[in-house]
Amino acid sequence: MEKIKTKNKLGSNTFLLMITIVLFAVMYIAGMIIFNDSGFAKPQMFLNLFISNAGLIVIACGMTIVMITGGIDISVGSVTALVCMSAAYAMEEKGMSAWAAVGISLIIGILFGMVQGYLVTYLEIQPFIVTLAGMFFGRGLTAVISTNMIAVKNELFLKWANYKIYLPFGTVNKKGVFIPAYIYPTVIIALVVVVAVTIMLKYSKFGRKLYAIGGNQQSAIMMGLNVKRTKMQAYVLNGFLAGLGGFLFCLNSCAGFVEQAKGLEMDAISSAVIGGTLLSGGVGTVVGTLFGVLIKGTISSLITTQGTLSSWWVRITLSALLCFFIVLQALIASTKKKNQVK
Amino acid sequence: MKRKLLTALVAACMVMGMVGCSTNGGGGKEASSNSTGSITVGFSQVGAESDWRTANSSSMKETFSEANGYELIFDDAQQKQENQIAAIRNFIQQEVDYIVLAPVTETGWDTVLQEAKDAAIPVIIVDRMVNVSDDSLFTAWVGSNFELEGKKAAAWLDEYLKAAGRDSEDIGIVDIQGTIGASAQIGRTAGLEAAVDSHSNWTLLAAETGEFTQAKGQEVMESMLKQYGDDIDIVYCENDNEAFGAVDAIEAAGKTVGPDGDILVMSFDSTNAGLTDVLNGKIICNTECNPLHGPRVEEIIKKLEAGETPDKLQYVDEEIFAGVDSVKSITVDGTESSVTYVTEDVIAKRAY
Repeated sequence: MEKIKTKNKLGSNTFLLMITIVLFAVMYIAGMIIFNDSGFAKPQMFLNLFISNAGLIVIACGMTIVMITGGIDISVGSVTALVCMSAAYAMEEKGMSAWAAVGISLIIGILFGMVQGYLVTYLEIQPFIVTLAGMFFGRGLTAVISTNMIAVKNELFLKWANYKIYLPFGTVNKKGVFIPAYIYPTVIIALVVVVAVTIMLKYSKFGRKLYAIGGNQQSAIMMGLNVKRTKMQAYVLNGFLAGLGGFLFCLNSCAGFVEQAKGLEMDAISSAVIGGTLLSGGVGTVVGTLFGVLIKGTISSLITTQGTLSSWWVRITLSALLCFFIVLQALIASTKKKNQVK
Repeated sequence: MKRKLLTALVAACMVMGMVGCSTNGGGGKEASSNSTGSITVGFSQVGAESDWRTANSSSMKETFSEANGYELIFDDAQQKQENQIAAIRNFIQQEVDYIVLAPVTETGWDTVLQEAKDAAIPVIIVDRMVNVSDDSLFTAWVGSNFELEGKKAAAWLDEYLKAAGRDSEDIGIVDIQGTIGASAQIGRTAGLEAAVDSHSNWTLLAAETGEFTQAKGQEVMESMLKQYGDDIDIVYCENDNEAFGAVDAIEAAGKTVGPDGDILVMSFDSTNAGLTDVLNGKIICNTECNPLHGPRVEEIIKKLEAGETPDKLQYVDEEIFAGVDSVKSITVDGTESSVTYVTEDVIAKRAY
């Protein structure tokens, strides 16, 4: 029985992942064909998906981990704003170094993870409510630090932000000049996170525990897993990734202000869902989430490239995709139940 | 397995449907523009949060129409800077000829504007200013002198109070600020603060952001009325939408607005709806913020096309409108400007 169950679960993992990847590929290739003359087929266009969404990728990875345990974290957008503001404030108003700003960012993330994780696991409060409070608190604290818009002018920070890593390929623009493709260091960090979390989820004890807890918490307890501790660790890890993602977000925007990253948590959740993570827990991969983020990025660049459609169509398309994936998940869940009955 | 196949099929259909939509929307246009060799302009707009913004967008759309020999790629950033950064990156890859940016925020543009500069695409900033370390990152800027607007409004208030014989009274002012950090907010707030500092009988009771929206303006006004009640003589709203909200809140609290009422509401932008409220006596004075940037941006592009260098900073001319005719003209920084008394005619001429 146990064996069948795990096999089935892995099956739904890969099936959902496949759909996401196929969807992304079809969408992107279609874009390349239709908007070939508007530069959509350029490699840089593809790399821009990573450049503009590096922070979101890392944050969505954390979100996936929490969602696999059956939880959720809607505070990450506020944490991002708080991280950006604190980092900008520390560097500009307090004259701290960029490295100190990195430290501050990570500490903020971990603190959020610890407090929220404690409330969720040990006091057994609904994760939605706990992180809702976290969301308000984070945004509020950001405004308390400063309501001004702080531009980061720290030399080392700007060096990181503007450090282009040129790739050995590129395109020739219409004036005949060869322009090499490039990425920023943030992209590498984001991809390292994706790989590290994938390995952790798939091959480490901790990763397997996460799936077990999300699949069925009761049987995980009976199997003798330390559910509370594992969940707590999941939230702390998520907090750490939110802090790191927030800092990457800051490297992209080079500024801190109250209104930043509003609704980012929803982008992270929808990316995870589109990437095949079940809201009920137990199923999900960060590779899927990565593709979820890329799909979101592709939709918005398709609509920008098109040039006349209102950008609100991004939201409408995303909502249609979300609907589609949720229905798909419900179908899978019902098949799973049937198999269990058998 | 059957079910899986079915769902995969549905997914494929959906994607095809989406692709189909975009083909209909864009494909034909793309082809025609390339053959005629028109000038492509990518415009990243803040959003559609106010009447002013809508007027600004339509001015751009009208100016850069296909009939005028342009192709406009318009992107609404939905108030998010990260969306604008992504849109500009997109424009660069599309190899547009010019990028026009109406920034959501003043800061955080160094990286992406550097990318545009590397790609040799001129960037024209409209409306809000950008705060970048290197001025060569943008070619020109078109917009309003917000601090001058604030100073004009304050100068009008000073003259008005003198004319009404209230210049020795204690005047309590509340400031419903715009989105914090926007140039309009910074300039208009600075203009007011300078005036409050130079008048010993003026007191700035509170300043809080209404985020340039009616709903938030109303909310902020409600809380200010609860806190300061009868002490409030002047409400200084930093755009028309906030003023509409503030007027609603004041009337809901059982107070009256206007020259004979309890509270005077001042506003900025002078949209058609805003001037109508001036005529109705709800808003006492409305300082213009001219949104018709399209023609001025086109002027810059034409100069650049001809190989000339346009002026870096270009301010648009702005008027001041009032609902009473006791003040004919005001003087700010040694320059005298006349005050327009709002009549039906003035509003009829207002397109936005």
